[in-house]
Amino acid sequence: MGRKLLLTHDNVPGIATYEVYRSKGGYASVEKAIKTMTPEAIVEEVKTSGLRGRGGAGFPTGMKWSFLAKPEGVPRYLVCNADESEPGTFKDRYLMERIPHLLIEGMITSSFALGANTSYIYIRGEYFYVARILETAIAEAYANGWLGKNILGSGYDLDLYVQVGAGAYICGEETALLESLEGKRGNPRIKPPFPAIAGLYGCPTVVNNVETIAAVVPIINDGGEAYSKIGIGRSTGTKLISASGHINKPGVYEIEMGLPVEEFIFSDEYCGGIANGKRMKACVPGGSSVPILPDYLVCKTASGEPRLMSYESLSDGGFATGSMLGSGGFIVYDENQCIVRNTWNFSRFYHHESCGQCSPCREGTGWMEKVLHRLEKGLGNLDDIDLLVDVARRIEGNTICPLGDAAAWPVAAAIRHFRHEFEYHVQNPEKVKDPKHGHHEPIMPVAPVMVNA
Amino acid sequence: MSAHPTGTHSFDPTLRSQLKFSEDAMATIRTIIGRYPEGKSKSALLPILHIAQAENEGWLSPEAMDLVANILGIQAIEVFEVASFYSMYNLQPIGKCQLEVCRTSSCWTRGADDIIAYIGKKLNIKVGETTPDGMFTLKTVECLGSCGSAPMLQCGAEYHENLTEDKVDHLLERLRTEGKRHNYTDLEYKNSK
Ligand SMILES: Cc1cc2nc3c(=O)[nH]c(=O)nc-3n(C[C@H](O)[C@H](O)[C@H](O)COP(=O)(O)O)c2cc1C
Ligand code: SF4
Ligand code: FES
Repeated sequence: MGRKLLLTHDNVPGIATYEVYRSKGGYASVEKAIKTMTPEAIVEEVKTSGLRGRGGAGFPTGMKWSFLAKPEGVPRYLVCNADESEPGTFKDRYLMERIPHLLIEGMITSSFALGANTSYIYIRGEYFYVARILETAIAEAYANGWLGKNILGSGYDLDLYVQVGAGAYICGEETALLESLEGKRGNPRIKPPFPAIAGLYGCPTVVNNVETIAAVVPIINDGGEAYSKIGIGRSTGTKLISASGHINKPGVYEIEMGLPVEEFIFSDEYCGGIANGKRMKACVPGGSSVPILPDYLVCKTASGEPRLMSYESLSDGGFATGSMLGSGGFIVYDENQCIVRNTWNFSRFYHHESCGQCSPCREGTGWMEKVLHRLEKGLGNLDDIDLLVDVARRIEGNTICPLGDAAAWPVAAAIRHFRHEFEYHVQNPEKVKDPKHGHHEPIMPVAPVMVNA
Repeated sequence: MSAHPTGTHSFDPTLRSQLKFSEDAMATIRTIIGRYPEGKSKSALLPILHIAQAENEGWLSPEAMDLVANILGIQAIEVFEVASFYSMYNLQPIGKCQLEVCRTSSCWTRGADDIIAYIGKKLNIKVGETTPDGMFTLKTVECLGSCGSAPMLQCGAEYHENLTEDKVDHLLERLRTEGKRHNYTDLEYKNSK
């Protein structure tokens, strides 16, 4: 069994309630932080831990916190990013639904460290029922003196609120999230200024992912040093992985960074191998935005080293032969998966979700979707493949926010590794028009790990 | 005078709207507005639109948006701008139960297309349509964060996961028998399973 720091009690009955959570040592990090540590010392601990943002970009959390501007008399905000809309990602939902108090505890400790007196958890609108679970937990935290005025007699005040979104992937981008929280359309802002200088209501703001905030709890409880010793190299600690697709045991797994990918996919402790006795064809290891890997680059890097679940190993080989850890949305595809169709599916997503502010993204995502649809239906020609590469290249790096890149990368990677499938679609239009092409056999999970089996 | 919020009319909702939200809804709205600093009540817009939608048979009519503008003291166009951006706000009437089936990769990989086709055939509607009795609307949506329990659909606050044709049969049967409207804001749903 790998080490767990976050999902230690997720199967304890009643762990969503304050009493049970507290009886398992919950809220100790708040006590320790507020009673025995200065805010600066907490930031130092987080720096020492090596914790990196779990929302996708992997930016060092302690460093982000130390950038927060602290002008006199101006409020500072901590905003938790619970928008979780990256296809393939459902770990934050699991954590919030199962152990809501862990997030709330992390929010209190982190808010104290940052000197925020009002904090928000921005959750995607579709997770309305999860917002209810969080609100219930927050009410319990208030009732027990962990929130509100003069927490633990320290003179520190904190109010914590849940804000629901209304259906927009782009609101996971931190500046779009702030716009949305201000009651506007989710149009990302031009950076700089960064939220650390001018974020919510123009005030200094830190935006962190749910899992990042939750990881602050074990870091404060056990010390940053101890946390930094877990994992591998600059990928410290544990990571929640959302596993889906053609595997026997989809679900949320907490892994220690550095776990071999092969073990993750094939061992019974985790994904339990490929469903229906099929072979793996490809894997998207970090959510829909990261490059897809063909089977021979999933468990091994191009140089033949075992591929590990870590920021560095998953990106080994750059975009030529590597991918990214991203949000930890780990999707496995079996030998029957039609890569062309799958790429079209993703490009339709990005087209649908583009906020429309920049032309390369607004027009480019639509264009890619159209061309991919044509190819998918067997109506394309060979030039279309290069056209796609060209459009992807023109979007990349030319937009206000990274959604443009996120839309371009999967297309470029699919063509890089599976060009033959795109060509097949051009050369065998009759075959791909057959409704059975790329169609899957039904799969029932062997032993679902999710709450909702 | 046009009641359409995209118009450039000067704003005077009393002329156009007979609509009122319930006392309960107004109380919740006041609580929500209290969550933001002085002068930042526009932040309440998204949560209030969810309530408005639930109070108005599942959609945001021009009158409902006017009323929200009035409550927040902002222009109707500001409300429409937001309402038209987010996919969970319906700008057209919908059925009592909107079945939102995820169509993104992980769900598609595990048979979402079959589920969509099955529901469509059973209800005799296409994606985007509502049954003549006003009971069901079929919609496809992007990833709902339930990829590990695919295929899945959302109806109001409820997530229905690991769908099979059998499960769909039971669900439709249940929803029809209950006959009530399902809103995202429904309180009773905590954790379905
Ligand atoms: C299009 C887009 C969508 C994003 N969606 C999310 C999301 O759903 N959740 C999240 O935590 N971060 C998301 N991010 C990353 C955030 O912008 C931000 O980097 C993150 O919330 C920072 O938190 P972290 O440092 O704790 O990871 C997204 C970024 C982009 C460009
Ligand atoms: S890259 Fe796309 S999503 Fe991002 S700001 Fe530009 S148009 Fe909007
Ligand atoms: S792909 Fe359907 S819920 Fe994520």
